[in-house]
Amino acid sequence: VEDAELVERLRAGDEVAFAHVVREHQPALLRLAEVTVGSRAVAEEVCQDTWLAVVRGVDRFEGRASLKTWLFRIMLNRARSSAGREQRAGRPDGDIERFDASGAWATPPEAWSDRVDEQVVAHDLAQRVRHLLVQLPDQQRQVVVLRDVDGLPPGDVASLLGVTDGHQRVLLHRGRAKLRALLTAEMGAER
Amino acid sequence: MMRWWKRRRRALVCREAVALMGAYLDGELGAGDRARLEGHLADCPHCTEYLTQLRITIDALGHVEVEQLDERTVDDLVELYRRWRAG
Repeated sequence: VEDAELVERLRAGDEVAFAHVVREHQPALLRLAEVTVGSRAVAEEVCQDTWLAVVRGVDRFEGRASLKTWLFRIMLNRARSSAGREQRAGRPDGDIERFDASGAWATPPEAWSDRVDEQVVAHDLAQRVRHLLVQLPDQQRQVVVLRDVDGLPPGDVASLLGVTDGHQRVLLHRGRAKLRALLTAEMGAER
Repeated sequence: MMRWWKRRRRALVCREAVALMGAYLDGELGAGDRARLEGHLADCPHCTEYLTQLRITIDALGHVEVEQLDERTVDDLVELYRRWRAG
């Protein structure tokens, strides 16, 4: 079903359409809320507030971005002002990869075990990477989740977070690089 | 003019290769940069390893699952919607 049609039905008071939108978007909304505010209980409250704002504001949906992006925008605005929000700066943003003066690797990446390609391990990696997300600074974590977990386009993500396209790219690069480094550390610890 | 040409053609160092990898995996790299990066990767096992790990990391992020939505949450929210419409 197209966003525009769903929104029309929401405006008309169609509960089936509303339930459809909730089923479609609540899980991802809650996941993003949780990584944004850092607490499950606060995330659930923020999501409930978000749906209330959606119901109240559905007449203002203009269809310039997708319904999903619009929901995320409302949620992120609520999350920012949420009183229960944990303040988490993440780790300081030092150099993640080390290069020598010529630009070659000073500390080459440590090889990962071949097992990471197997299906079971792929699932395990997804679990690990989810837990490692909390170690990223706020903006990096949000960009990584919006881009790589939720699959939003770069332009939507930049606009949602109020950053330039270039800064969005930098945050994504740093976030991914840090996660790769954290995964390496976890794998090294097992050997 | 000559210097500009030389700079464009110069081989990448690892630091530059790493900086291009995200855009490369996202399919956002222009043909020139893509060729330079692939040229570097062909000769650099460290960067090849790094690219593999970056790809696996991004792939893992794409497999982070959402929780099953319980029907009570749906019912509660539909009730919220109904009350607002009625109000």
